[in-house]
Amino acid sequence: MDWISPRQLNRLGMLNMNRRNVDYIARYNDRSSYPLVDNKLQTKLVVAEYGVKTPELLQIVRQQHEISHFREMAEDLGGFAIKPAKGSGGKGITVITGRDDDAYIKASGARVDADYLKRHLTNILAGLYSLAGTPDVAIVESLVESAPEIARYSFQGVPDIRIVVFQGYPVMAMLRLATKASDGKANLHQGAVGVGLDIGTGRSLNAVQFNRPISLHPDTGLALENIQIDAWQEMLEMASRCYEATGLGYMGVDLVVDANRGPLLLELNARPGLAIQMANGRGLLPRLRTIEALKRPHFIPQERATFAMDTFAAL
Amino acid sequence: MTSRSRLPFYIAVFLLIAAGISLAIWRHMELGIPWLTGEQRPIWMVEARVDFDARDDSVLASLNVPEQPPGFRVLSEQAASPGYGFSVIEKSGSRRAEWSKRQASGPQTLYFKAQFIPEPSAEPTPPLRPPKARKVFWEEPQATAVREILDQATARSSTPESLTRELIRLMQPDTRTQNTTLLVAEENYLRLLEDMLNHAGIPARTADGLKLEDARRRQQLTPFLQIYNGERWLTFDPKTAEQGVPENLLLWRQGAGSLLDVIGADNSEVGFSILRQTVPALQLATMQFESKGLGFLSFYELPIEEQSMFRMLLLLPLGAFVVAFMRMVIGIRTSGTFMPVLIAVAFVQTTLVPGLIAFLAVVSIGLLMRGYLSSLNLLLVSRISALIILVIFITAGMSIIGYQMGFNTGMTVTFFPMVIIAWTIERMSILWEEEGGREVLIQGAGSLFVAICAYLLMSAPLAGHLTFNFPELHLVVLGLILLMGQYTGYKLSELKRFTPMKVYD
Repeated sequence: MDWISPRQLNRLGMLNMNRRNVDYIARYNDRSSYPLVDNKLQTKLVVAEYGVKTPELLQIVRQQHEISHFREMAEDLGGFAIKPAKGSGGKGITVITGRDDDAYIKASGARVDADYLKRHLTNILAGLYSLAGTPDVAIVESLVESAPEIARYSFQGVPDIRIVVFQGYPVMAMLRLATKASDGKANLHQGAVGVGLDIGTGRSLNAVQFNRPISLHPDTGLALENIQIDAWQEMLEMASRCYEATGLGYMGVDLVVDANRGPLLLELNARPGLAIQMANGRGLLPRLRTIEALKRPHFIPQERATFAMDTFAAL
Repeated sequence: MTSRSRLPFYIAVFLLIAAGISLAIWRHMELGIPWLTGEQRPIWMVEARVDFDARDDSVLASLNVPEQPPGFRVLSEQAASPGYGFSVIEKSGSRRAEWSKRQASGPQTLYFKAQFIPEPSAEPTPPLRPPKARKVFWEEPQATAVREILDQATARSSTPESLTRELIRLMQPDTRTQNTTLLVAEENYLRLLEDMLNHAGIPARTADGLKLEDARRRQQLTPFLQIYNGERWLTFDPKTAEQGVPENLLLWRQGAGSLLDVIGADNSEVGFSILRQTVPALQLATMQFESKGLGFLSFYELPIEEQSMFRMLLLLPLGAFVVAFMRMVIGIRTSGTFMPVLIAVAFVQTTLVPGLIAFLAVVSIGLLMRGYLSSLNLLLVSRISALIILVIFITAGMSIIGYQMGFNTGMTVTFFPMVIIAWTIERMSILWEEEGGREVLIQGAGSLFVAICAYLLMSAPLAGHLTFNFPELHLVVLGLILLMGQYTGYKLSELKRFTPMKVYD
C-alpha cells in the first residue's frame, strides 16, 4: 500500500473533504441558495439575468398531461436533450442527436421510439432522478455542439470545463473528457478523464483518470499535454458572474464550449469535488487562503478573473 | 473569516463532557453504582436464633432488632418461624420483632435474618427530643463513694466524653481505690457505670454489639456503653474507654429495651450466626435506590418492559459515534448514513454470525427481485412499497424454512428493520445500475464493516452496563461527536486517495 503523509498533503495545500465541508461549504454557502443550483431550470433563469448564456431552453414539461403532446412539440426539433431539472451527476439525461422517420437516435447511436421518451418523461416527473425523490420537472434543451478542437479529445459525450469559484474568484479549473469507462459522461468518479487547466492561460497541465496520472486519452489515444482552451478569460469571467447570480461562496461552475454560441453554462454545483486538485497537481488551499486574506475584494467579475489569472498561476 | 473564534464552541463541548463525567462520578459515589460489571461487594448476613421451652400455653417472644446501627445499613430482613405470627413493631424508640402463637409446647426455635451493608458513613438519625439523664438514688455509704469518684473524674475532665473516659479509667481494677472497691462487683459493673453517669447528669445507656466474623455460630453480644453528648449518642468500650464503634462491630441493640422477652416459656436464649456474603455491586445499588434521593433518576424505576427498550435505545448513541468516526475520520463509505447502526442493533439481538448470514441472504434475494421490479418501470414510492412487502415475504419464508429444517436462528431475521432493508436494497440496486457492481461491493462491505464495529462495541457488556446505569455518559458521547463535527483534518482514506500527489511535492 502506498500512502501520502498528512504533512506532505499540508505542504501541498490539499483541501480535504472535512475541511471543504466545514470551512468552505458550510461557511460560505447559504442553504437557501441550494435549491437554486439543485434545480437546473432555476439556475438557467437566474444566470440569464447576469448575462451568462446557457443552452437554449426549448420546452418545459411540468405536468403529466403535457407529455401526450410531446410528439407534436418535438416535431420540428432535430437534436435535443431531455434533462430532469433536479437531477444530479448527469442522471436521467437523454440526448437525442437526430431523427430517422419516427425513431429518435440517441447519442450512443441507439434508436428509440416516442413511447420510450414519453416513459422517460413520466419517470422524470415522478422524481426518479431527482435528489430526494421529489416530483420534478423535465426540461428540453437544444443540443450543444461541442467546439471540435476540444471535442475530438473526448470519447462520445460533450467535454465540459469545471471551474471552482470561491467568493467570485475562479480558483481552479479542469477539462473533463468522457471515456468509454464513464459511458460518455463527464463524471470523474465514473471514469472520465480530468485535465487540469492553468488558470492563467487555459493550457492543460496534467491529466488523471481514476485518480491516477495519465498522459494519453485511454480511448481516443490523443496526447493531453497541449490542449489550449480558447476565450479563456471570457470563460473565467462567466464563471465569476455566477457568484453574483447565486450568492454561493464556494461552488463548481460547469461550462461547455458550443461551436456556434461560445461558452455556455451547463450547471452549477454547490458541493464541487476534490479531484480537481489531482488533475492540476496543486492544492486548493493556498489559493482559497489568498482570497480569504484579501483586504479589498474586487467587485467586478472582470477584475476578479484578471486577478485570478495574474495571481494563481504561481500558486 | 478563518479567525472566527471557535472558543465558545469548545467551551460548550468541554462543559458537556465535564458535566457528563462529573454527574456519573457523583452518582457512582452517591448510589454506589459500580463502574465495572462484575464488581462484588461484601455484605453481612446475621441470623439470630431464639430458643425456648414453651409451657403449653400462648407464647409471645419479642426480640430487639437493629435500627440504624452506626456504620451499617440494613439491606433486608426476614423471619423464619413456622406456625408463628410475626411482625416488626416500633415503639418507644426501639424496633422489636415479635412472634406470637396461641398454643405451643416443647422446645421452640425462631429465626430472624438480616443483611447488613458496611457503610462507614451511616449514622443513626439524632433523637427528636434530647434524652434526659435518669434520676438515681444511692444509699449510704455508696452515695458518698459515688460522689467522691464523680468529683475526682469531673475535676480531670471538661466534656461528657472526657468525663466518661475518666470514670471508666477510675473504675479499672489497677486504679481502684477504696471507694470503687466498695461499689464494684463483677456483674454490676456496666450497670453501675450507667447509673453513675446518669447521676452526673449525662444521659447514658447500654448497647449490645455483635462482632462480625465470617462463618461464626452461636455468638453472643458484647455490651457497650453509650452516652449522649447533647447532639448524638456516642459509644464507648466499657473496659478500655475507647470511643467509637470498632470496625466490624454491629450494634444489635441500642436503647432502653431488653434484648429478648419471652412470655409463656422458659430457658429462653438467643444466639447469633454470621456469614459474609458477596453480591454484585450493581444489584446492591439497585436495591438501595428507593431509599436514596437520587434513585428517581434511574431507569430501574421504570417497568421492566420499558427498561429493556431503553437498554437498547441507550446503545444507539454508541453506534452513531462509531458511524461518525468511521465516516469522518477513517473515511469508510457506507450505503445510507445510519443504516449500519440499525443493522448493528439487529445483530445485537440475533448475535453476529446468524445475523450476518440472515442479513446477506435477505439483501441478496431482495436485490434479485428488485432487478425484476426495475424492469417494470414502476414509480419510486410504489417500487419501495412493493419491496417492503417482498422483504417481509423473504423474512417470513426464511423463518419458516429455517424452522422446518431445525434452525432456530432462521427466526432471528425478524429483528431486522424491514423498511430499512427495503431502502438498502433499493439504494444498492440504483448504485449497481449507475456505478456498477464494484461500488456496490465497496459500499456494502463498508456498511457491514461499520455495522460489525458498532455491534462489537454495543454488545460489549461494559458498554451496556455504562450506558444504562450512567445515561449521563451520553453527554460525553455527544460532546465527542460534536468535536468530530469540527474535525477538518485528513481522513485516513484520503491519505490513500491523494497518494498520486506525491510527485508534485
